[in-house]
Amino acid sequence: MGELGVKHLLGIKYLKESDVQLIFETADHFKEVINRSIKKVPSLRDITIANIFFENSTRTKLSFELAEKRLSADVINFSAGQSSVRKGETLIDTVNNILSMKVDMVVMRHPNPGAGIFLSKHVSASIINAGDGAHEHPTQALLDSYSIREKLGDVAGKNVVIVGDILHSRVALSNIFALKLQGANVKVCGPRTLLPKYVESLGVEIETNLRKALNWCDVANMLRIQNERFDIGYFPTTREYTQQYGVNKKLLDSLDKEIVIMHPGPINRGVEVTSDVADSKQSIILNQVENGVAIRMAVIYLLASKIK
Amino acid sequence: MGQKVLLSSKEINIILHRLACQLLENHLDFANTVLIGIQPRGTYVVERLTRILKEEYGVKHIDVGFLDITFYRDDFRRGDKTLSATETKIDFLIEDKKVVLIDDVLYTGRSIRAALTAIQSFGRPAEIELLTLIDRRFSRHLPIQPNYRGRQVDAINGEKVKVMWKENDGKDAIYLVGR
Repeated sequence: MGELGVKHLLGIKYLKESDVQLIFETADHFKEVINRSIKKVPSLRDITIANIFFENSTRTKLSFELAEKRLSADVINFSAGQSSVRKGETLIDTVNNILSMKVDMVVMRHPNPGAGIFLSKHVSASIINAGDGAHEHPTQALLDSYSIREKLGDVAGKNVVIVGDILHSRVALSNIFALKLQGANVKVCGPRTLLPKYVESLGVEIETNLRKALNWCDVANMLRIQNERFDIGYFPTTREYTQQYGVNKKLLDSLDKEIVIMHPGPINRGVEVTSDVADSKQSIILNQVENGVAIRMAVIYLLASKIK
Repeated sequence: MGQKVLLSSKEINIILHRLACQLLENHLDFANTVLIGIQPRGTYVVERLTRILKEEYGVKHIDVGFLDITFYRDDFRRGDKTLSATETKIDFLIEDKKVVLIDDVLYTGRSIRAALTAIQSFGRPAEIELLTLIDRRFSRHLPIQPNYRGRQVDAINGEKVKVMWKENDGKDAIYLVGR
């Protein structure tokens, strides 16, 4: 094993295939650690990490915080809602103030695409992008691929369809990069209005018929309809979306083979997937959450080992 | 860079038999004892000892595990390289058991210190002992001594003790490698 080729995790776009494999191998060890009776290792006891969230998050924030604590790092949390950002402080000023309190690493979620990249050019700490607008969400894509690898043995050669709102989804973009990097075949499926214009230039195919897409795939990653990001109406009604692009048990059982259902959360039960699909044996949604902690421990550990 | 043979294949075999007998003397049927090989190179020693105990001394069952200490080391971020982990495999309980930690070479004692911390993540053992094949005298950084030792050697700091195993390196031999 070697070391990561990057100092920050800003997006899957900047990773090599060997980086992804290194993260997975390291996550395997951490997955064993978090299943012990004492789930904590002392590796990062002299590292301080700031979680800076300019956008709401439950799962990602908890997952990062847990990963940091399991590695024995000191953690400070910051939510934009309760901070001086409201008083007009700039991003660099906010972060530099936090860094002057001797913080070594910043985990940041921000509504603007490229915020992490911008920050990495202006501050000395290691930056982990926990989601920047509709751009990338690298740790989510890593944990998704890791969950596929765990369930099906390998990612290479597998057929994966990403269903739903591709246009507004950072999860979709990071997943496309990650899956292509590992040699999977990727299709995107959704209403035309929610598919980006030049998405095929990323090497993915478009399929607008859900049944055809599901019959083709080994894994279906069902994305959430992000109503909060909709500036115009992209489909007539939620009910109509569900009829065309929602997965229910009847549809799932009528397919030629047993496929794996994934969802990055939070689930709109009854919209993208029905409850009986989300809770079925074919769903690995809760495995994704568990793997999220191991993947984030691996990413933090590997990046922290480059801090001198 | 010269190298000197410390132990030949025959000598290693004799020493392993002696260590196996010493373990047997203290732990008898291994009902309440577990053997833990420290990754990566302690695993060869523990596998050899287990084979001798089972095949030549008729011990029916021994709990054997492997412990990786990477995440417990005290030199994280202090060298140039990222520390890479190997597999930990302990699929039994160590609560109230007698644990024998097993490694090939005892040098500064820092790995053993890490192993002592790591093993407690799996429970509270009744007691912990240490077995090492080679004990490098006068080079300890910490107050750690083995309960069972194969051979004591004097080696200066620049020298390295190289342990080779048939399974991995083609033959059994231990060398002292100079600067």
